[in-house]
Amino acid sequence: MTKRATTMKMTITEKILAAHCGKEAVTPGELLNCKVDIVLANDITAPIAIKEFKKAGAKKVFDKDRIALVPDHFAPNKDIQSAEQTKMLREFAKEHNLSLYFEVGRMGVEHALLPEQGIVGPGDVVIGADSHTCTYGGLGAFSTGVGSTDVAAAMITGEIWFKVPESMKFIYRGKLNKWVSGKDLILYTIGDIGVDGALYRAMELTGETIENMGMAGRLTMCNMAIEAGAKNGIIPPDKITEEYIKGRAKRPYKFYQSDKDAKYVDVREYDCNKIEPVVACPHLPENTKFVSELNHVTIDQVFIGSCTNGRIEDLREAASVIKGKKVAPYVRMIVIPATQEVYRQAMKEGLFDIFLDANASISTPTCGPCLGGHMGVLAKGERAVATSNRNFVGRMGHPESEVYLSNPAIAAASAVLGRIGSPEELK
Amino acid sequence: MMLKGHVWKFGSDIDTDAIIPARYLNTSDPAELAKHCMEDADKDFAKKIKKGDIIVAGKNFGCGSSREHAPISIKACNISCVIAKSFARIFYRNAFNIGLPILESPEASDKIKEGDEIEVDTEKGIIKNLTKKEDYKVSPIPLFMQELINAGGLMEWTKNRIQKSK
Repeated sequence: MTKRATTMKMTITEKILAAHCGKEAVTPGELLNCKVDIVLANDITAPIAIKEFKKAGAKKVFDKDRIALVPDHFAPNKDIQSAEQTKMLREFAKEHNLSLYFEVGRMGVEHALLPEQGIVGPGDVVIGADSHTCTYGGLGAFSTGVGSTDVAAAMITGEIWFKVPESMKFIYRGKLNKWVSGKDLILYTIGDIGVDGALYRAMELTGETIENMGMAGRLTMCNMAIEAGAKNGIIPPDKITEEYIKGRAKRPYKFYQSDKDAKYVDVREYDCNKIEPVVACPHLPENTKFVSELNHVTIDQVFIGSCTNGRIEDLREAASVIKGKKVAPYVRMIVIPATQEVYRQAMKEGLFDIFLDANASISTPTCGPCLGGHMGVLAKGERAVATSNRNFVGRMGHPESEVYLSNPAIAAASAVLGRIGSPEELK
Repeated sequence: MMLKGHVWKFGSDIDTDAIIPARYLNTSDPAELAKHCMEDADKDFAKKIKKGDIIVAGKNFGCGSSREHAPISIKACNISCVIAKSFARIFYRNAFNIGLPILESPEASDKIKEGDEIEVDTEKGIIKNLTKKEDYKVSPIPLFMQELINAGGLMEWTKNRIQKSK
């Protein structure tokens, strides 16, 4: 049996899951109880998890150093009810002496914060009561979104049940065109397979284009795996991963690679030479068009930030486009660095001066407008270009408002043009 | 479990922002969430439904966010069950974890019309359309999910497991 198991060909996702349930091999469809390395929740999802934890009569968490609570969605508190919710996190963190509680001032958008702080790393199994927990696949981790009750149970046991997902392989070839980034590749992919194109599956993102992509782009791509319905997105770790994780990792980490003959239910190849900047139109991330098809669409607001595109690389990209230009009259541009460290770095590099000179506003880290929380909610009939990940009905405010998703360069150019457009049009 | 009610029909890709918009997520009180259930898909939904009514939708119901508030709001406004062609995976987990009955049935999703009265036997996996006098096939509930249901949800199942290992 052991011999058969060790010769079985597995994907990176299968190998990480196997390693976390004490098995030599696992196969898609198999049900597992896995050990988790990190359990995450935020100010919207943790309150329900904490209530369930208490209702179950639990007295102790499984490990005070493996539960991350990040009040980022409606924090800094937008109203009294939100203040009550973040208070629950604070009190729970105090009571259980949690080392990974992030108060405002230390806080950042959770999926930008955890990789940056080396709290999650390659080879980990991470669950979070937030659908974009799949972001950490960019580091070569298995990470996935779950509900609050799942988090409550995992806070007690340090374990979670999973069905091993089938894997889909995506191969990206060629050099990226100008103003095209990881965001465009993932939007293009979602446009190709649809919002349930990877339902219950693992999306393994590979190919020379990915191998040459920096960590920011990789995290952005895995962040949006959920928008294709996937359980997780994952990128094979390599030198770029090593470079990023070095000096950050708080725990030992391990690189897993898919076997050459591992099984995939689908393999798709993309020629990146043919991909221009992509914009997802209302009201689904699969409604994608090239930016050149949309230059008639006027806008009221631009939001640059979120767990998808609020990293320093994203802010640099936006600043390089808007430098020396002004946001169009009657348009507002809101820039939200995703973490305190991104905020400080942007300030140091003079990016804030560029944004301020352009009449853009800059906010403290928060998820804020991405989910219509605060700091940039849309009125009836208003239209926004956002670097975030969802454009559902009412996502950023009034049910009759509209959200177009793009990369930071397109968002910045659109702010100047007052309509959707490319940096090439600013020359 | 036998459930009977009138149907409210929705399309495909009904996302969690439509089920419970984020603007109401500054609370996790089920009664409060129930007031806004399905609001961005059908503004008056919570006001017009009757206890026991059933939601029937297309593919990928509950896509988007991990917010458990979505199945909680549906359960709390007394919808007895959701039938869809397919469910987004986090919504699927959450529904079983909190004890909201959900069934996958492409056939039922295609044939049932709004207002039809239907009867659902969740254990046998039978959907009867009393209005049209038709029966529909249901994708069987996986054994493990049945185990969760029998235990009374994930927390009870977890407690049982801890008890056993002691």
